[in-house]
Amino acid sequence: MAKARGAVYFETDRCKGCELCTAVCPVDIVVMDRKSINRKGYNPATVTEMDKCIACANCATVCPDLVIRVERVA
Amino acid sequence: MPTVFEPTKGLTGVEFHYCPGCTHGVIHRLVAEVLEEMEELGNSIGVAPVGCAVLAYKYFNCDMHEAAHGRAPAMATGVKRVLPDKMVFSYQGDGDLASIGTAEIVHAAGRGENITVIFVNNAIYGMTGGQMAPTTMVGQRTTTSPLGRDPRQVGYPLRISELLATIDGAAFVERVSVHNPANIRKAKKAIRNAFDCQKQRSGFSLVEVLSNCPTNWGMSPLESLDWVKEAMIPYYPLGNFRRPEMQESEHA
Repeated sequence: MAKARGAVYFETDRCKGCELCTAVCPVDIVVMDRKSINRKGYNPATVTEMDKCIACANCATVCPDLVIRVERVA
Repeated sequence: MPTVFEPTKGLTGVEFHYCPGCTHGVIHRLVAEVLEEMEELGNSIGVAPVGCAVLAYKYFNCDMHEAAHGRAPAMATGVKRVLPDKMVFSYQGDGDLASIGTAEIVHAAGRGENITVIFVNNAIYGMTGGQMAPTTMVGQRTTTSPLGRDPRQVGYPLRISELLATIDGAAFVERVSVHNPANIRKAKKAIRNAFDCQKQRSGFSLVEVLSNCPTNWGMSPLESLDWVKEAMIPYYPLGNFRRPEMQESEHA
């Protein structure tokens, strides 16, 4: 079976920068975007290498603020 | 592209007022997802507590009531007895349920009221500024126990699930945690079982969810989840304490 691939979408302005999502990603691609500041004044979470995503949805599962939506790509 | 995860329709989408990293948001979502999956959103009535979750009625996409401090089980009792076909739940913190509301929760369980209680235990009074709660751990520093909770002076933390599990009216009692994705999925399953229990009219159901309070614990959100795992779970063991003979939910 081909490895699942996914895409993660962030509703950036809801993010409070708690970083919980960065600790649960098995392929370690969720990071805090230190170069941008959202409407609430936090550095929001983002994904750097989206092609590594396996659509496990761990990040969305721990996110307390409904920031993350996950789709399966292939 | 198939969606793997999207926000549930069980929540209104209003942004939570909770502190960064507070797992109230996760627990709200689990309750809402369960009600959505059971197709009970339009048939549910929730009772919000006093505490950090006092504004929960803004977030749940079902009918909600606000109760006086600790009185959510009493209000839920009234709602359920008048409208027995509705799914009725209360959502309460440890300051609300285990302190001022101890009488209400014990007697609601004793009467075997057919309601579901979501009990969020984060071992501290959050909203009022981090005071010691009945569930505060021995040695834990709070604003009213600055040298750490001393059991010789203020006694020991209450294990509410174990207490309630001794009551015959309590049909379903389980303690879960939300400190990592695996436990969050287990917590959802327990919440589903609790609501199934109510639907099958088995009696009182309660799910205790170990939660965090990074702000008042003085930790980062990530450190606080480690503290749940390392300090709280050894004292508040996870697991089911009571369950009726019932059909297992097919949903994970």
